[in-house]
Amino acid sequence: MATVTQERLFGKSVKRREDPRFITGRGTYVDDLRLPGMTYAAFVRSPHAHARIKKIDVSAALKRPGVVAVFTGKDMVGVNSLPCGWDLRKAKNVPGVMQDLAIVPHMPLASDAARHVGDPVAVVIADSQAAAVDAAEKVRVDWEPLPSVTATDKATQGGAPAIHADAPSNVAFKWEIGDRVATDAAFKGAAVTVKKRIVNQRLVANAMEPRACVARYDEATGELTLWVTSQNPHVHRLLMCAFVLGIPEHKVRVIAPDVGGGFGSKIFLYNEEVVCSWLSRRLKRPVRWTSSRSEAYLTDAHGRDHVTHAELALSRDGKILGLRVKTTANLGAYLSTFAPAVPTFLYGTLLNGVYTIGAIHCEVTGVFTNTTAVDAYRGAGRPEACYVLERMVDAGARAVGMDVVELRKKNFIPKFSGAHQTLVAVVYDSGDYGAAFDKLLHMLDYRKFRAEQEAARKQGRLLGIGFSTYIEACSIAPSKLVGALGAGAGLYESGKVRVHPTGMVTVYTGSHSHGQGHETTFAQLVAGELQIPMEQVEVVHGDTGLIPFGMGTYGSRSASVGGTALLMSVNKVKEKAKKIAAHLLEAAATDIEYQNGQFQVRGAPGKAVPFGTVALTAYIPHNYPEGLEPGLEETSFYDPSNFCFPFGAHACIVEVEADTGKVKILRYLAVDDVGNVINPMIVDGMVHGGIAQGVGQALWEGAVYDDASGQLVTGTMMDYALPKADSLPFYETDRTVTPTPVNPLGIKGAGETGTIAATPAVVNAVVDALAALGVDHIEAMPLTPERVWKTIQASKAKR
Amino acid sequence: MKLPVTMTINGQKSSHDVEPRLLLVHYIREVVGLTGTHVGCDTSQCGACTITLNGQAVKSCTMFAVQAEGAKITTIEGMAKNGELHPIQQGFWEKHGLQCGFCTPGMIMTVVQILERYPKPTEEQIRHQLEGNLCRCTGYHNIVKAIQWAAEHMPAKKK
Repeated sequence: MATVTQERLFGKSVKRREDPRFITGRGTYVDDLRLPGMTYAAFVRSPHAHARIKKIDVSAALKRPGVVAVFTGKDMVGVNSLPCGWDLRKAKNVPGVMQDLAIVPHMPLASDAARHVGDPVAVVIADSQAAAVDAAEKVRVDWEPLPSVTATDKATQGGAPAIHADAPSNVAFKWEIGDRVATDAAFKGAAVTVKKRIVNQRLVANAMEPRACVARYDEATGELTLWVTSQNPHVHRLLMCAFVLGIPEHKVRVIAPDVGGGFGSKIFLYNEEVVCSWLSRRLKRPVRWTSSRSEAYLTDAHGRDHVTHAELALSRDGKILGLRVKTTANLGAYLSTFAPAVPTFLYGTLLNGVYTIGAIHCEVTGVFTNTTAVDAYRGAGRPEACYVLERMVDAGARAVGMDVVELRKKNFIPKFSGAHQTLVAVVYDSGDYGAAFDKLLHMLDYRKFRAEQEAARKQGRLLGIGFSTYIEACSIAPSKLVGALGAGAGLYESGKVRVHPTGMVTVYTGSHSHGQGHETTFAQLVAGELQIPMEQVEVVHGDTGLIPFGMGTYGSRSASVGGTALLMSVNKVKEKAKKIAAHLLEAAATDIEYQNGQFQVRGAPGKAVPFGTVALTAYIPHNYPEGLEPGLEETSFYDPSNFCFPFGAHACIVEVEADTGKVKILRYLAVDDVGNVINPMIVDGMVHGGIAQGVGQALWEGAVYDDASGQLVTGTMMDYALPKADSLPFYETDRTVTPTPVNPLGIKGAGETGTIAATPAVVNAVVDALAALGVDHIEAMPLTPERVWKTIQASKAKR
Repeated sequence: MKLPVTMTINGQKSSHDVEPRLLLVHYIREVVGLTGTHVGCDTSQCGACTITLNGQAVKSCTMFAVQAEGAKITTIEGMAKNGELHPIQQGFWEKHGLQCGFCTPGMIMTVVQILERYPKPTEEQIRHQLEGNLCRCTGYHNIVKAIQWAAEHMPAKKK
């Protein structure tokens, strides 16, 4: 008889089952693979931000010991551009398009010109990594350096060099959302208006595991296996086979084994994995490439990089009447896989925030520059929107002379469930924004803090508090809707539940875990629903040879979309099992209920068969319902009807050293509402990590290009300041729970909340601390001691 | 030109002829085949490659393999004994001190030395000592908790 789980697994902080292999060094990341006959690739990259390639001489490299082959872009005949998966063109009826997206070529190896430092132009393959790297240094490229532009707000200025023939003035697209006329009218009648320039600097995702791939072509079967650091192996396979290499999809298996973090940067199809796949087919040998960290800084898609002019209109008593936003978004040198979606539909649609706003208009210009391509980085567009809005709300409060807490409370959208139509297209699912904020204020003891702040000021100490009452869009996404907005893909998820004859269960998900703990949470979900012990459930992900076609993990979609697909399959399994049980119990299927791991006749608990017996019967169908197929295995594809909209309130308390500009975080508090939670421990962990990344942007991180040379100055971990343990506190976290009506699990999504909320909370806190010195705005991040000190000095000079 | 090198890794003797320029981390990963020690950067910032060498936590990317001649090395694979997790490993599991797991081996090996130095470390000591190990997933919150847990559960040292 099957063991019955008495405990409710959904909502329990079960320890992670993937941990034993990681804490003992037995994880299998791509770079850990060893294949017989392996060769190693090293890429020759542009040292220039912009340069024409006159000639490439590979002869010296070919003579180096251990070298197998050297190829340039010209050798890759028949290979196409890397595709852009989001099409912003009027002809596609994509709403808001003011100027069509310039779809520019992005060849795996550039052969005409290099357009950013690190652009690959040749590849060396050798029988060891060292031999490949040595030989790559011997490839001679005859460069003709061209003028470059890297700064976001200089890309379209007269005199900026043209980066692509098909993108005049380096404009990639122009797009708008909201109501321009109504917004103009709102500003005309407003008693108070504030205008700020807000820079959201460029970031690098910095997953701790650098990108890597191993491609192995089997000549005998014609099959190619690609192990790659991917958040979505099926997306990699589809894009590479159908668009770039033109090879049969069913003969390609993409495996994303243990992946050491992604944060968006491992969603996209990159040059290197395409080149290695092509190489393996050509050389008939396995090819491995692992990014060095320096290469990662130059080639992993970057994030953010917006320059925004934002205006807020308010009534004298602090009602928000209008928001006007003009943003220039830097896309880098090429269009990365989902790049056009990030500063448009993942940005403009979130500018309503949690507030009732009279009118909104937002205009975005996407620009090309001689920099690494920009695409989704944790939060993707939503942190940028939240940052603009939360900074402007604080600025608005100061302009009307109102407390930032009071102004927020005055403007919150009241509690609702079902639908709230925003002014920027999206319809929120459920929300109780005031409740999360009240909980935060209670944890904080806000009045007490203000008294402490006042007392500290008298002693010459600068304390500050910053809030961020955020909203974001998760559970990405309804296929039909995103299709209408330009997406080249559907954004459903797949889930398969296979019950084995012994009652053991294997679950196959299209979601991919690269730290999220799916092997635990999905086992909790399925075991709980099937009322069997978790040990009876195994979770498989990340291998196109095993799982049904799935869209992978990003946009906080795994539990809500992937989990629902699994729930649907579990329900199908249960329905079929009921028919089998009914036959065994000689009852009608409609009279069978599933209780405590047994199928029993309603009202007659003595008449029951356990789950395991039904499973065995399904595979040994001697005594079996007429016309019913043997086996117990179901697959489902879930396409959500709407996004889900997690929300919450974060607060940060800082102390600023006036003499040095150094910012110290004294407390960080977060109340998040992500709907229902399968594993609170895992969700808390994601909130912590997200907060650290958000704080990182506010205080330390930033990808910096030298304007004159176009070189990436922050090209190593020595130069790019990542958050460290000694500059962060313990985070004080709590939740409110407002389940979403969008999916049957009531889960909204939790992977990005911290990153979205934390950045404005920290910056608002620093501005609040410096308010005593007359500072009312800081334009750019990170708030390094230098920047803060200069801000203080500038403010002193003005007074 | 290759040079011979011999060291003891996790109690097992290891002898090879290697290029003098081969980094210790690449020796451990590529030659010996212990892939639990990771490479996360090129500049000795991330700490993912941390091992203990003659009892000291060392970033194995900062040494050549030939410099480890005669050394006693422990990698993450040598931490569990007879199938039983070391309290530090257990602490990371209990307190959810890892997400993607990539930085974890280096973190754990660093903690070996932290707890040698500070058997009952304060939060501040832990955070300061972790400064050479980067994690992008956890925001360090649960790593600090994991180390506190480990400190409480370490067996008493024999005098």
